[in-house]
Amino acid sequence: MKVTYNEKDKLLLLQITEEIDHHSSEKIRTRADFEIQKYIPKKLIIDFSKVNFMDSAGIGMILGRYKMITMFGGTMDMVNVTPNVKKVLEMAGITKIIPIIEEIGGTKIGKCV
Amino acid sequence: MENVYENKMKLEFLSKSSNEAFARITVASFASQLDPSIEEISDIKTSVSEAVTNSIIHGYEDKTGIIKIECTLFSNSIEIQISDNGKGIENIEQAKEPLYTTKPELERSGMGFTIMENFMDELKIESVVGVGTKVTMKKVINNSNISN
Repeated sequence: MKVTYNEKDKLLLLQITEEIDHHSSEKIRTRADFEIQKYIPKKLIIDFSKVNFMDSAGIGMILGRYKMITMFGGTMDMVNVTPNVKKVLEMAGITKIIPIIEEIGGTKIGKCV
Repeated sequence: MENVYENKMKLEFLSKSSNEAFARITVASFASQLDPSIEEISDIKTSVSEAVTNSIIHGYEDKTGIIKIECTLFSNSIEIQISDNGKGIENIEQAKEPLYTTKPELERSGMGFTIMENFMDELKIESVVGVGTKVTMKKVINNSNISN
């Protein structure tokens, strides 16, 4: 996982760099929770550009992080969602709760923060 | 012609979570003989991952057992059978309900069977409590171009 924190905007960007399944999700979850609790960001963004596979374990993992950031008064977005990931997210109705955004503050993701 | 199969394979492995990726990649690789689209391959990988994870988490729980996968290729479809000798499912209809899970503490979403049902063309679940569970899924591959 690649972690980037922007102090000015209190923005935590977590780029997941592996396939998300039951096996990997616990490790991802532990690391994400550690970073969220370390920074208590206003905005959490999960970047899926490097995720070419996700099954329903990802749904639980994403909703769990959403609950945590909401508890801390922050909000959450998702970016660079690949087609496979999007199909799973839409099936679970997650995209209605957590928005998929195209860019952060007018800057394309990947070039900023 | 539908019952004449073109190819077959069997796979057996331990119910370890590190085998989830192995199982879905192996099945996807076998299915690639039908020349499926990227989306069709992705649907197969996701569904296999769901069924194998179910066997690991629910079928065998904390124990280690054997998971078997049998794949049959037909001229324009693949049938995948995933079975375990785990504890079985008491109420299959309830298990299939979206968002129903017996393991919310593991952040399980209860979407496994819903995904299998939607991503594949056919889904059959057979289970006997104390004996095991067998999930049979079928995916039609459009424009399949099998090479013998």
